[in-house]
Amino acid sequence: MKTRTPRYLENSLQAVFFMCAAISAVTTVAVIGILAVETWGFLQQISLVEFLFGTRWSPLLHPKSYGLLPLLAGTTLIVVGASLVALPVGLASAIFLSEYASERTRNILKPVLEVLAGIPTVVYGFFALTFVTPLLRIVLPDTHVFNAASAAIVVGIMVLPMVASLCDDAFRAVPDNLREGAYSLGATSFEVTTRIVVPAGLSGVFAAFVLAISRAIGETMAVTLAAGATPNLTMNPLESIQTMTAYIVQVSLGDTPAGTLTYQTLFAVASVLFLVTLCLNIAANMIMKRFQEVYE
Amino acid sequence: MIAQSNLAWRHKKAMFFRCFCIGVTAFAVFILGLLIYQVSVLGLPWLDAQFLSSFPSRFPEKAGIKSALLGTLWLVSMTAAIAIPVGVLASVYLEEYARPTRLTEFININIANLAGVPSIVYGMLGLAIFVRFFQLERSLLSGALTMSLLILPVIIIAAKEAIRAVPGSLRQAAFAVGATRWQVIRAHVLPSALPGILTGVILAISRAIGETAPLIMIGALTYVAFVPEGPMDEFTALPIQIFNWTSRPQEEFHELASAGIVVLLLVLLMMNALAVYIRYRGTRAK
Repeated sequence: MKTRTPRYLENSLQAVFFMCAAISAVTTVAVIGILAVETWGFLQQISLVEFLFGTRWSPLLHPKSYGLLPLLAGTTLIVVGASLVALPVGLASAIFLSEYASERTRNILKPVLEVLAGIPTVVYGFFALTFVTPLLRIVLPDTHVFNAASAAIVVGIMVLPMVASLCDDAFRAVPDNLREGAYSLGATSFEVTTRIVVPAGLSGVFAAFVLAISRAIGETMAVTLAAGATPNLTMNPLESIQTMTAYIVQVSLGDTPAGTLTYQTLFAVASVLFLVTLCLNIAANMIMKRFQEVYE
Repeated sequence: MIAQSNLAWRHKKAMFFRCFCIGVTAFAVFILGLLIYQVSVLGLPWLDAQFLSSFPSRFPEKAGIKSALLGTLWLVSMTAAIAIPVGVLASVYLEEYARPTRLTEFININIANLAGVPSIVYGMLGLAIFVRFFQLERSLLSGALTMSLLILPVIIIAAKEAIRAVPGSLRQAAFAVGATRWQVIRAHVLPSALPGILTGVILAISRAIGETAPLIMIGALTYVAFVPEGPMDEFTALPIQIFNWTSRPQEEFHELASAGIVVLLLVLLMMNALAVYIRYRGTRAK
């Protein structure tokens, strides 16, 4: 091959590659910087205590009020509901995939899970609004048109493939001789699964759960479409609520000039969102590393 | 006797558990089927040439997705043109050049964390940096740059994994006959990592096709009756159009939305199939 590259070119190539990799670090610095600057501006006018512990969120209508708790309550409702759907179903599907399914079934189901995971969230929002909500209103007639329950259910369906696929990976990493040992002692498949496989893959399962919760917190379109736009300090899933993400969308659909207090609320809310999801993601990584069983 | 009935009970429990897991998985697949069925039944009657070639309109029977479809095409091509080279080169650096220093470790952890940042936060970043600071306004370029930042971690993680899977003996053989580092990468590492990289890239691009929230943040328009002609033009995109129609109360617009969803899902399904095919060919070749 006559493709000689001069030495200086070799070195400059390396510099270019490094710059590409550094973009990720720059992105993080930019995100933190922008959130911090605008949130600082916000906190000059509204005290941190009022922001974090105030019980009324009304930045757009008079009398204005900037208490984050209603938005946090809304997000919590969605997360709890979605977890109730995604965690048990995801875990059971993962057990089926790794312990019971034949190779053929796996080869069909894995791509199906991938398709499910690739459906855009706006489609899930449509599904919630036009299918889940009407169904809920038949069963529970006092359900509002926009309600937390319907959004929580579809967010659960949305994060389910991720939970299933991560738990499946964790179970598949458990070596077969552990299973065979238990079977040879006369354990049933149920006992092997619940006492050998699941405990051995527990770090992966926990990490999957934490990541699922983090995804549910950051979910935007489904909750904007289905859960409503009323910041509401309630724990009743049949009422209309607003999540942190839905608030951000609601404001940006209008035209908000930069520098105003309303513009800054966006960044203050996004800071909370960013910090919470970042902590959860870091926690998931730590669980994965710290408690991983190492087999030889 | 007691042991016997205990054994029967244990087997019954195992049976029941097995059926439970199968049932739950079947239910999850059923929901996917239901979703697709529901959307198709509502949307298919609206899906015709007129729908594909008309601009949005106040009148449902005249409305279409021409501007949205072309907007998505523009946006995704520009995003791909930015994100693919940067992402692949970044992963080449991290896997082939970087020494295991603190900085490298930081960049790696950082990329993993960036992949978990909610998409709407990227929207805020795009709004503050590209739209306001660099004054790119609500242009396609703002959208593509924002989307690129969003899918970069996905591409880098997939490409890194593909490059790591290339056996070290291949590199050593090339080095042994005197190839420089770049020659090794260009002639051996990248070609043999290609199927893995392509799969990751396709999945990342499909994510960019479906993302809605960041585009709303940077102010992609919801009503556009023109076709964008350059990177500085304002635009709308398919998911935005779907969002807009879904959030209207009238039943007809919901049906339009589901017709739009059918188009979106068809595009995504084709991309997914392509990814599965490339991976299948890749594993068979080895």
